[in-house]
Amino acid sequence: MSTEWPLWEVFIRGQHGLSHRHVGSLHAPDAEMAIRNARDVYTRRNEGLSIWVVPSVEITASSPEEAGQLFEPSESKIYRHPTFFEIPKEVGAM
Amino acid sequence: MYAQLVETEKAGGTPEEQAFQKRIDDGIKIEPKDWMPEGYRKTLVRQIGQHAHSEVVGQLPEGNWITRAPTLERKAILLAKVQDEAGHGLYLYCAAETLGVSRDEMTEQLLAGKSKYSSIFNYPTLSWADIGAIGWLVDGAAIMNQVQLQRCSYGPYSRAMIRICKEESFHQRQGFDILRVLCQGSDEQKEMAQDAMNRWWWPSLMMFGPSDKDSVHTAQSMRWGIKQATNDDLRQKFVDQTVPQADWLGLKVPDPELKWNEDKGGYDFGEPDWNEFFNVVKGNGPCNKERLEARRKAWDDGAWFRDGLMAHAEKKRAAKVAAE
Repeated sequence: MSTEWPLWEVFIRGQHGLSHRHVGSLHAPDAEMAIRNARDVYTRRNEGLSIWVVPSVEITASSPEEAGQLFEPSESKIYRHPTFFEIPKEVGAM
Repeated sequence: MYAQLVETEKAGGTPEEQAFQKRIDDGIKIEPKDWMPEGYRKTLVRQIGQHAHSEVVGQLPEGNWITRAPTLERKAILLAKVQDEAGHGLYLYCAAETLGVSRDEMTEQLLAGKSKYSSIFNYPTLSWADIGAIGWLVDGAAIMNQVQLQRCSYGPYSRAMIRICKEESFHQRQGFDILRVLCQGSDEQKEMAQDAMNRWWWPSLMMFGPSDKDSVHTAQSMRWGIKQATNDDLRQKFVDQTVPQADWLGLKVPDPELKWNEDKGGYDFGEPDWNEFFNVVKGNGPCNKERLEARRKAWDDGAWFRDGLMAHAEKKRAAKVAAE
């Protein structure tokens, strides 16, 4: 029969990390083995506290050609950045 | 000739190819979903795949000494090192897979002898000192080659290299430490270290690949930002860095032509035996057969186990679906 083990993407939240970061991928027959292998490969030197594994086929990525339509609109929206408000000196730090 | 070739090629090409080349020239990394020329993709699949195979086959010569390591500490370190190499193979296969080839396909190519691995792993490990020489010289040469690959134009490869380089430097230091202790030990130990040096020096120099004038892929690879330095440049850097370390250890480099050249600020050294190199690459080195047989046996004998795990995973998945 010989079917190839599916590919999993591995995300790890580091010791003081706020969020999980993608660190790589690996092949494993199921999620449990994927977690074990990720533990062995990606946290051998105490790199993390928490592991997520996701089957690669479950991930949908944006495509490079769409980058323009996706991200450009935010460039002109300076009102999203609260950096230009004038706060009177007397009011102090805010 | 080389510069001229680059110029004429640069001018041509489809708009897609030109845009691609511009991204490379601008130092923007190429990512898996980006358009790339078929030649670029193929070169990377070949190079990353062979790199991954080298990590896997490279476990064999060192693994040969795990049960015979002279102290428990050395044994534990060697075990950890061989585990690291397995991890490196894994990172690299995954990087290659982003180019649309599967790991099993690459494995089959290796086992069929269609895909190569580093020539160095076709040499036998005949004494404990060889484990030191492999760490110091072989991993040292690997680092010299890989540091420049951290800047490779293909993002996934470059990122794999960054992770790997960090660990390779542990390996180089552990190898050096093995030789340091031997060189400061008894006469027999010192002699064993020198013998390892004699046998591993030239094969390590060959790891950088053929001389620039005989390297088929270099020009295109450099233009595509896959390689940042030529084989000969890297070899020179390796010699310049390693000879003083050998001096410190009190080991003699087995090259009568080795001499400091004040003008170029580097060492002059002899030519590796390229006949031997091409012979090893073609499959006729001392251990080629043995290495491939060991990999084939592991793959074939492990088939029932891989299938068993898959069958078990299927069963669990079906049970879970039924329960829901």
